[in-house]
Amino acid sequence: MNVGTYDCIVVGSGIVGAACAASFAKDGMQVALIDSLGAGLLATAAGMGHIVVMDDSPAQFLLTKYSQNLWLSLSDRLPPTAEFQKCGTLWVAADSEERSEVERKHALYQDHDVSTQILSKNELAVLEPELRQELEGALLVQSDAVLYAPIAAQCLTLDAASHGAVIIDSEVISIGQGVVNLRDGRILQSQRIVNAAGERSPQLTPGLPVKKRKGHLAITDRYPGFLRHQVVELGYLKSAHTLSADSVAFNVQPRITGQVLIGSSRQFDTTSEVDHAILGRMLARAVEYMPRLASCSIIRTWTGHRAATPDKLPLIGPWPGDETIFLATGHEGLGITTSLATAELLSAFFSGQTTEIPIEPYLPARLGEGCHA
Amino acid sequence: MSKGIELDCDVLVVGAGPAGIAACVSAAESGARVILIDDNPKPGGQIWRASIQYPANPKSHVNDAASWLRRLQACSARQLLSTRAVACLSEKCVLAENENGSIEIAFRHAILATGARELLLPFPGWTLPNVFAPGGLQALVKSGLPVHGKRVLVAGTGPLLLAVAAFLKSKGARIEGIYDQASWRRIIPFAMTLIKRPTLLVSALVYRASLFSSPLRYGWWPVSASGEDALRLVTLTNGIQTKTIACDMLACGFHLIPNTELQSAFACKLVEGKALVDEWQKTSVNGVFSVGESAGVGGLDLALIEGQIAGFAATGKEASARPLFPKRDALRKIAAAMDRAFAPRPELRDLVQKDTIVCRCEDVPWGKLRQHHSMRHARIYTRCGMGPCQGRVCGAALNFLTGWESGAKRPPIYPVQLSTLIREPQATPKEKP
Repeated sequence: MNVGTYDCIVVGSGIVGAACAASFAKDGMQVALIDSLGAGLLATAAGMGHIVVMDDSPAQFLLTKYSQNLWLSLSDRLPPTAEFQKCGTLWVAADSEERSEVERKHALYQDHDVSTQILSKNELAVLEPELRQELEGALLVQSDAVLYAPIAAQCLTLDAASHGAVIIDSEVISIGQGVVNLRDGRILQSQRIVNAAGERSPQLTPGLPVKKRKGHLAITDRYPGFLRHQVVELGYLKSAHTLSADSVAFNVQPRITGQVLIGSSRQFDTTSEVDHAILGRMLARAVEYMPRLASCSIIRTWTGHRAATPDKLPLIGPWPGDETIFLATGHEGLGITTSLATAELLSAFFSGQTTEIPIEPYLPARLGEGCHA
Repeated sequence: MSKGIELDCDVLVVGAGPAGIAACVSAAESGARVILIDDNPKPGGQIWRASIQYPANPKSHVNDAASWLRRLQACSARQLLSTRAVACLSEKCVLAENENGSIEIAFRHAILATGARELLLPFPGWTLPNVFAPGGLQALVKSGLPVHGKRVLVAGTGPLLLAVAAFLKSKGARIEGIYDQASWRRIIPFAMTLIKRPTLLVSALVYRASLFSSPLRYGWWPVSASGEDALRLVTLTNGIQTKTIACDMLACGFHLIPNTELQSAFACKLVEGKALVDEWQKTSVNGVFSVGESAGVGGLDLALIEGQIAGFAATGKEASARPLFPKRDALRKIAAAMDRAFAPRPELRDLVQKDTIVCRCEDVPWGKLRQHHSMRHARIYTRCGMGPCQGRVCGAALNFLTGWESGAKRPPIYPVQLSTLIREPQATPKEKP
């Protein structure tokens, strides 16, 4: 049963798929967006919703910076329920080594017109009085923001629909050779099938080098004024990029409600249950930086899975194994931030236009022949 | 950060209401090392705490309570009161919290006697000040809230309404009426089943007698409550007529629903909102039992029997448990009849208006919820059930209104002090690449 041919079919309406569908529909393409769950209900809902410029690699820096600008221009059109707040990120230094990292980061960001400010120990204590006293200062990145991502994904989906995209509520069981097979028996056709299924993407495109990386989060009751910025330890870069071992890092976010969202952990683990051992380590890390968190009330903890690639960069562009398959996956912890840039890159790629930033570092082909079946 | 206490036992009993006390005493008297935990400062549960000093209560209950509490104090079980189970660390270990910090309790068998809570259904005005759950109001009055001279209307459904009304009257309240949504057509068959258990019937009649001057109506339910800053008027209907009654307080609840959060945390199978148990009160999870209201609302006598059965079964005394089966099975028939009698009528689904708040923690009105098609969608897109109560109130209401299942619960079971969840004495050493 064939129910339609589209210019483009986007599989998965997480934040990345929703952004892609909205972007392609605005380009005038006939788009179908397929998800059996609804917009932004898996990793998009499980994550922190931190829109952050990161500089683990030059390619990551360019992508996050480009995408953050796209978010800042979109933010006026987001509803209040998306809880967009340009609260800035404070990268806090615990020792002199991390303090020199503040200087390095500052110089890099300044060179690329990202506004940052170095804060002394005392200035930091004024901005975030709940942080422990012995810290060595911080770098404030003013343009960083936070938002409630499922609502943003929902908005992008509605945006796509208002530009003619068809939203299909069904499970995709296979894709390839220009064909998308749905659980309900329907078959859709397109020469551009975008696999934006995140953690599920390797199931649909076997050989795709994406692994599930589990994370834990905890949220407190309401403590208005306790925290004002997203605060992340500079050690985050080290711990978050350890590829093998389980790791935790101090990463807290203020919610509009006055709640404090506490992260973060990384484990290669496909189960979804809360692991009390690593949750405890993560919370202990948070208390190390913010001692009074210890007596705050935790109302909920949960887990999610990031779609992680071997080189920490997303997969954006044609999949070498099938000329009808394109990838928009593997964003790991930066899916919310880089979703809009991913959509713009693919959209320019499809229309043959020059991309705003070079697409090459994100092309799946970079990982070589060995990475797929 | 100090390391929490670690304890070990043969049988952990969670909940010191009648079912938990019976389980604890039976297991301890069988020679097992038993730990009993409860979040209240005293054992007895809602029912015995509320009735021990209450003179109008039939004598048999008072005697029951006194004798079980005496046996509890005399047995070897260790009681941890004002202590709350907050998470399952593994199939054989529970994390608990009290004012001194965290306690890890390892066990071979766990008997969960987590009781029930009142079902609250939303209707316009149900969030006004001075609108209470009946059992909740009773507890507040016991801890000092004055009701002397107050005009109190009691509505909703279930046997609790009469008991609470009688209690409030004994504290000087003027009961403006008791309006139960259950129709006489449903009440009469239930009353017939009670003929075999005359003590229950007698207690209902004693309550009724003490309330001789207040109207008792079946087949009536509240449609709205109103007032400027606090409650002033309540409008009721029987589907044909409506009447509006002036009052100072409304006690309104729709019978009881089992507390199964801990059972869910253990991944015990639930059916129709209660823990599924076999003849020994064993749940689907090896070594975990569920007794009393958590395995199906059935009242005091059933709770005591189920508690004993599990207490014996968990300690290898099956022979002592088996003779209790016939009595339990008979009481379960009455419980089933009670469920039928007091099942909320479908008309109660039509009370909510667009602007009626359903989730009180996050202020989510019905108008924002009804466009969704599952609890998960509603939760993510509206924040319904994301507040401190974690959907305890709105989850059950929405299940009745829409049929949505609340889905998997995430730890902790109750809001918990962050430090309780830190399992290691020291923070992890800083990771270096």
